[in-house]
Parts: sequence; structure tokens; C-alpha cells
Amino acid sequence: MTAREQILGDIRRSLKRAAGEPPLVEAAPLPAPALRVPLTDRNLYADLFGKKFENLGGKFFRVRDAAAVVPAIAELLSQKSAVASNSPFLRKCGITGLPQVHAAFTDRDELKAACAAADIGITSADYALAATGTFVMLSSHNEARLVSLLPPAHIAIFPRSRLLANLDELLSILPRPADQTSSMVLITGPSRTADIEQILVRGVHGPGEIYAVIVDEE
Amino acid sequence: MKAPETEIQQAVDDPRLQLAIYTATRRLIDHRAGVVSDEVLPHYQDLRNEANAIKKHTIENLDYYLEQLESNVIAHGGNVVFCRTGQEAADFVLDLAKQRGVHMLVKSKSMTSEEIHFNERLEKHHLEAVETDLGEYILQLAHQRPYHIVAPALHLTRYDVADVFTKELGAENEVVIEKQTKFARGVLRQKFLQADIGVSGANFLIADSGAIVVVENEGNARLSTSAPKIHIAIAGIEKVIPRAQDLAVFLNLLGRSATGQPLTVYTSFLSGPRRATEIDGPDEFYLLLLDNGRTKLLEDPEKRQSLYCIRCGACLNHCPVYRKIGGHNYPWVYSGPIGAIITPQFHGVTEDTWLPFASSLCGACAEVCPVKIEIPKLLIKLREEVTEVQRRQGAGDLERFAFRLFAWIATHPKIYLLLASLGSLFFPIVPKIGPLKKWASQRSLPEPANQSFHQYWASRVAARRGSS
Ligand code: SF4
Repeated sequence: MTAREQILGDIRRSLKRAAGEPPLVEAAPLPAPALRVPLTDRNLYADLFGKKFENLGGKFFRVRDAAAVVPAIAELLSQKSAVASNSPFLRKCGITGLPQVHAAFTDRDELKAACAAADIGITSADYALAATGTFVMLSSHNEARLVSLLPPAHIAIFPRSRLLANLDELLSILPRPADQTSSMVLITGPSRTADIEQILVRGVHGPGEIYAVIVDEE
Repeated sequence: MKAPETEIQQAVDDPRLQLAIYTATRRLIDHRAGVVSDEVLPHYQDLRNEANAIKKHTIENLDYYLEQLESNVIAHGGNVVFCRTGQEAADFVLDLAKQRGVHMLVKSKSMTSEEIHFNERLEKHHLEAVETDLGEYILQLAHQRPYHIVAPALHLTRYDVADVFTKELGAENEVVIEKQTKFARGVLRQKFLQADIGVSGANFLIADSGAIVVVENEGNARLSTSAPKIHIAIAGIEKVIPRAQDLAVFLNLLGRSATGQPLTVYTSFLSGPRRATEIDGPDEFYLLLLDNGRTKLLEDPEKRQSLYCIRCGACLNHCPVYRKIGGHNYPWVYSGPIGAIITPQFHGVTEDTWLPFASSLCGACAEVCPVKIEIPKLLIKLREEVTEVQRRQGAGDLERFAFRLFAWIATHPKIYLLLASLGSLFFPIVPKIGPLKKWASQRSLPEPANQSFHQYWASRVAARRGSS
């Protein structure tokens, strides 16, 4: 007997269920998903996001339009090397044209080496959650996983329209993220640990510094 | 096995350790309290009820959801491997590593892998498995097992860590925590970039998506699952939940209950290897579904709720017994109240018979458990089972005789009164001698009153009569 047959067989014997039997709902019903999305004015999301994000230890910028992005983060980028994702929005903001920014990676190993050497990774979050100050990153040809992970600092630049209320709203518009991507990551604050004496230290494996730039007009 | 009395006494008598446990658990208690209050999370109790109902439904139909999970993992290009034992899981990984010519793998924190002594099994065959969670890494170097489900190195100080790094890695003696962390980051970063296999656990398995969900704060789980070419996830079969949307319930509870975070820093929702158009991510994905005794826990309709646990650790933090004796005095990797209910079920009630009794049944664990496992009720049930087995083995005869004797005395008032007055004479010296000495040494006993209730009542009635 294979391990699979034995495990499923043991389960069915204990539960007194037959192979292929649909889930029984009388004794133990499955509650309908209760997605709780607060009825708040969407115009308030950016401020709420900013507040939560800074509470987590991030730094928050809010700019009017794409043209204002580079001036806002110029100081952050000066004397630093950066890797940017392939997001069209970063191109629109003029990030990928900057001399210290490496972009347009399509090869995994090259991307990995560049991210491991860079000071800053720049991405455009696919969504952001106001209630928790969270970035939502979906892996794709535009967004690689390692850009927001290997460099010691991470900047996410995204239009205000990508702000959602909370996790519940995200799951209501993306009920099955796996249909689109092999990896959806929620990033809530800088990488941290409290493993030694419960003392908080930032930047243990992921970025210890994180920045958000919200662009009001797309 | 009997309770490790000497070790427990040592833990209780060690002021440094007591302070470490107390401070850490106190902090975790306070952090949790701050994010589940009515003002912050008014629907907290609804979430607990929903979490309990979803877990109950899934466990009652576990075979169905495992098959659904399996077919969806395969649909996304991943592989599912059912493993009856830890040995089967380790053998699979060893085989794969051999086929691919891999000599080192990186690992993120997983209690399930601790449970099956995964690293030791691999190292026997010269496959190096590097723990990458900071706490787990320190413990691996120190050759110790986790002290706590979510805070594995809770019992160690910065000085202990300095010693471990110096002794095992030849590092300079460094006692500043930030610098120790930075040092570990540097060492482990190289491992991440070199390893061809990354192994992770899973906090949830999502049946309708064929996905695994991993929560963490450091980023080591993201690195383990994203940098190497092969990703292997090991998870107990009970980790499955039906829908991605159920995460709205579970993620809202897990981080809050564990460390007081509304969401942990990283929540990774992963399904299969990277898709054709994606730039990075693993080429191969394997999900190892582990039984290792879990199907045994399904047999009893009441005890099966032990499988609802999401390993948040809240019951440990709130348990007066855990907080006193610490994590290493429990016989298995799962400590605290959850350990006390699952260890006897995994290993058999005749092993570690003391464990279900090591509780004051204060109920703090059940009150904070995010999935509402009735821990005290299960402890009582396990006590009954232990006692029943022992009775069949002829144990407890003396105790039963004592209770029968007491019943006889209590139903014969004259003898009872005589013995009671004798008892109050002799009671104060009981603790110092005889078989009760040990029992009494851990307790403050009440002073017997100089008048029994019978005498008091009789004199009261007499006084009334006299005055009327
Ligand atoms: S039993 Fe409940 S409180 Fe304890 S670790 Fe499991 S989920 Fe958390």
C-alpha cells in the first residue's frame, strides 16, 4: 500500500467516510467567508496607510504625480546603487532612467547577483493595505521576488488607486491569488527579529529600511 | 516516564531563567492583549468562532480537502508526497538531493521538521541542513531544541549567544544584540545564495488554491522559498483549510495571538514553482504531507480538536505551569498546554503519564486559544485514560483503598468526629514525616482550626438556646 493510500484510508476509517464522498455539512458546516471591509472614505486610505506604515518603522512619502517621484527620493538614492523591478509604473516615474538604477532583468541568476550587491531595491506594490500599512507583491514578469528581499533597503512606489482597505478587501478582489502567480507576499514593516532577549532588531534577513511613495494622480 | 523532577526543580530554582521566561511571556501576553481588545478588534470573538468552525469542518472532512489540495498543487506544476513517518519525509529529501547533486540546504523555521528530527536525519547522510531563523540558528549551533513554539531561544541571553558564536563559529566575543544579528545575517546570507534546496514549513495549506502560506518576521522563509532552485515544504496533514478567503480569519488571529502583530512582517502565499513568465522563484516545488501519528488523533471525535491548533504559542505564554517549569521540561518539542494534550496522543497515554496532570486546570489556555480548543476538557479526558490504564495494570490500589476508607469514616459520624479531633492534633506534623513529605514541601498547608465545624455549630446552637 502506498503512503498516500494508507494515510487517506486511515483518515476515512477514523472519520467513517467513504472515498470520494463530498464534505458533510450537517454536523460541521463551513461558514461562508465573512470578509469585513470597513465603510470608510477611500480618500482617507493614503493617510491611514502612512500612519500605520510609519508606526511600523517605515518612511512614507506622498507626491502629486509621477514627475514628483524622483525629486522626492533623490536624497535617498544619492551615492547608492539600486535595482528596480520591470514595473511600467516605475518607468513612468522615471526611476529606471536614473544612472544608479539597474533594471530590465530577465535572467534569474543575473537578477539575484544584482540584488545581492545593491543597496536599495525599488518595486511598485501591486496593492497596499491601509489598515495595516502593508505592501502586496505579486510575482510576475514585472515584479521579481528578490528585489524587495535581498537589498538592505526597499522602496515601493505606487499610485493611490492601488490602496485597499484591508486584507479582507484584498481577498474579496483576489479570491484565488494562485490563479495569477506562484507567489503573493504581504509585507508589513521592515524585516525584524526579537529572538535574542526579546529585543527588537530590524533588518535581519530582509530589508531593515522600507519606504513607501504614494502617487496621487496616475 | 516520570516527571523530570530534578530538572524541574533546577528550572524553578534558577533565578536568571525564571526572569527570562517571565519577562518574555509577560511581553507576549501584553502585546497580544493590546491587539485583541474590543476597541481594536471588536469582532475578535466572532473570528475565534469562525476559525473554530472552519477547522472543525475541515478536520471532519480531511480526506476530501487533502485530495482537493493535492490536485490543485499538481495543477500549478507542483508535486505532493504523502509521508507516513519522519523517516519517509527525510528519505524523500535525501533521494532528491542525491539526484540533483545537492550537499547543503537552507531551512526556515518549522515545528513539524523539529518533530521529526529532520536535520539530524539528513546530517547522518552528510546532507547539511542550515537553520536560518535567527533563534533556530542559535539553537542548532548550541545543539538544543526549541524552548517555545514561536520564540525558540527564549531562554538564552546575549551572553549565551556570544558564547555559542565564539565556540561554534570562531566569532569574536560580541555581546551587542544588533551586532550579533548582523553577524548571523552575514553568515546566513552566503548560505542562501549557495543553497540549491530551500525547505520551509507551512502555517496553512489552501485546498482551493493548491497553495501554502508561511508567516514570519525575518525574511528567512521568503529567502528559503525564493532563492534556491528547489523548494520543499513540509507540513502536517492537519494544516489544510478550504479556501484562500479563510485567511481573512486565520491571519487576523495568528499574528495577534502569537506576537501581538495584526499581520506578521511577511506572509507568503506560494503555489507551485515559478510560472513561465516570472523572473525568479524555484523551478521545482514539492509539498510533503506528513502523518507521523496525526491520523491516530482523528479516532476520538472529541480529542480530534487537538488538530485545530495553529501553533500560535498563546497557551504557553498564559500557562502558569509553562511559565514556571519552562519549555525543556516537557518531553517533546511541543511544550505548554498544547504539548500536554498532543504528546500523550502521539506517543500513547502510557508514556509520560504525568503530563496531563501537570496543569492546575485554570483555563487560561482555553480562554486565549484563537481556535478555541477545549484544552482543560481534553486534559481531564486524558487523565481519565491514564488512570484507567494504570488501574488495569493494578496501580492505584492503595489510593482506592484510602478513598473507600474515607467514605466509610465519613458515613460514621462518631468515628469521623473522633478521627477529626485526633487529626487536628497530628496534622501540623504530617508534612515533616512520612510519604506526604514531598507533596507537602511544595505547598503551604492551612492551619487546622482549633474548633471543628461540628463543635462550632453545636456551641452556637447551645448559645442560642441559652439566650432565648
Ligand atoms: S492550542 Fe490554541 S493557543 Fe495553544 S498554540 Fe495551539 S492555537 Fe495557539
